[in-house]
Amino acid sequence: MNMNDMLSPTVKNMPPSGIRKYFDLLNEMKDAISLSVGEPDFVTPWNIREAGIFSLEKGQTHYSSNAGLIELRNEIAKYMDNRFGLKYDPKEEILVTVGASEAIDLALRALIVPGDEVIIPEPSFVAYKGCAMLTGAVPVIIELKAEDQFRLTPEALEKAITEKTKVVIIPFPNNPTGAIMTRKDIEGIVEVLKDKDVVVISDEIYAELTYEGEHVSIATYPEMKEKTLVINGFSKAFAMTGWRIGYACGHSCLIDSMKKIHQYAIMCAPTNAQHAAIEALRNSYDDVCMMVREYNRRRKLMVDGFRKAGLDCFEPLGAFYVFPCIKSTGMSSDQFCEKLLMEEKVLVVPGTAFGDCGAGFVRATYASSVENIIEAMKRIKRFVEKHRSLHI
Amino acid sequence: MEEILEILKNNSRLNCEEIAVMLGKSAEEVKDTIKKLEDEGVIVGYNTLINWEKVNREMVTALIEVKVAPQRDKGFDKVADRIYRFPEVKACYLMSGGFDLTVIVEGKSIKQVASFVAEKLAPIESVLSTSTHFVLKKYKDDGVVFEKKEKDDREAIVL
Repeated sequence: MNMNDMLSPTVKNMPPSGIRKYFDLLNEMKDAISLSVGEPDFVTPWNIREAGIFSLEKGQTHYSSNAGLIELRNEIAKYMDNRFGLKYDPKEEILVTVGASEAIDLALRALIVPGDEVIIPEPSFVAYKGCAMLTGAVPVIIELKAEDQFRLTPEALEKAITEKTKVVIIPFPNNPTGAIMTRKDIEGIVEVLKDKDVVVISDEIYAELTYEGEHVSIATYPEMKEKTLVINGFSKAFAMTGWRIGYACGHSCLIDSMKKIHQYAIMCAPTNAQHAAIEALRNSYDDVCMMVREYNRRRKLMVDGFRKAGLDCFEPLGAFYVFPCIKSTGMSSDQFCEKLLMEEKVLVVPGTAFGDCGAGFVRATYASSVENIIEAMKRIKRFVEKHRSLHI
Repeated sequence: MEEILEILKNNSRLNCEEIAVMLGKSAEEVKDTIKKLEDEGVIVGYNTLINWEKVNREMVTALIEVKVAPQRDKGFDKVADRIYRFPEVKACYLMSGGFDLTVIVEGKSIKQVASFVAEKLAPIESVLSTSTHFVLKKYKDDGVVFEKKEKDDREAIVL
């Protein structure tokens, strides 16, 4: 038997990650600065870690209920209300998942019939398209543009919707561009969607990391509340990536279906991580604010660095990424990243890893120390100046 | 202004230009603000936090609990002043509870600290008693953990 022939063609046809090769190169390098992995450099605040340890000491080593600990769902309900003005019933409308990624997967699996269209704005997190394809959905890509500050416009959305559209993914604050949607932007989207039978999956994992104005969830609009699934989690805001706790909030019908898949595939999110997450929501908001202030300073430092290096760089107002345009260097995204790593030992990620329309851009994360950022920006400036002179 | 302090607290080696970028202000503004904070005695110094255990240098630290008789009109301030002026004294705090002053003293040897206590500190008129505790190991100082961070040697994470 040839195992390769046994594999699902859908999985075989999924493109391999475009950034893997750089990580392999990076691992062999000394003094390299990686601005590539989208995770906080902060370690989880100690009180949260301590709560996780205490839960183990108490012997809380069993499954939790499938939907997640009710205490945690209660805290999530309170948080969603206090922070974003969203009211959910913790018993019926909230599901605790293994990271926000699982919630994306569950939502698509619960909704999609093969052939349904899923609208995905790009550049964006790679999992939307991947998970959509696994369900047999047809991904419909909206190319976000630098001249629109990488925001989703009502016109582009309207054009992408067909009779087959089942789901629209709204990924803001955005990975990799750092774009946000203001209240006005969201209102435009609401106008397009309010009378349509289309489910919105609003991935708000970076909501806390909004540096100007308030994060606005599309679910706060009454006409959108029922048809929107809000996805969030602890990874980014609370620096808890490795704990794998996310959650989905939405219509009880959808949550119930997602719970079915979740209980077959996963059972429940890790119990001790859920206890740590309760502590995070109860007592760590000051830490979140401290980290957000720090990210904001690094953000300005990095944007300034790219601009001083002579690259066009739109100002990202959310998440922890900067998405400069590197077309003026005459290199492709891939060439830029490979050469930058080999010549200056700085790793950034090609924009193409987040969709074809990311061509000509790279993603750098400022979830890295100020010292690292200052040094990396020096190297990038040297690199760009050298190559620009070669290019001209 | 408070944000400048937050930045400098974590890293006093950043220059005005860098801080200015981080705050979206001009370097001049930052320079002026820092100058003002220095003049007002808000910023009182720029130190380097050193783990002396890594350097082959004899050094002992003692925490001394001191009971004193407060003086009329002057309270504890006068006697505290007498104590903290000694260069051996690295820190001096007025305390609530069972004793009055915490005095942190550094010296080259236990003997040197002991003689400081016996000859300088204890004989001060209003000092009623002292209780000296030597530090055996410093794990964390001024918010910084001394233990070296473990290297991040995870295999590739792709996302």
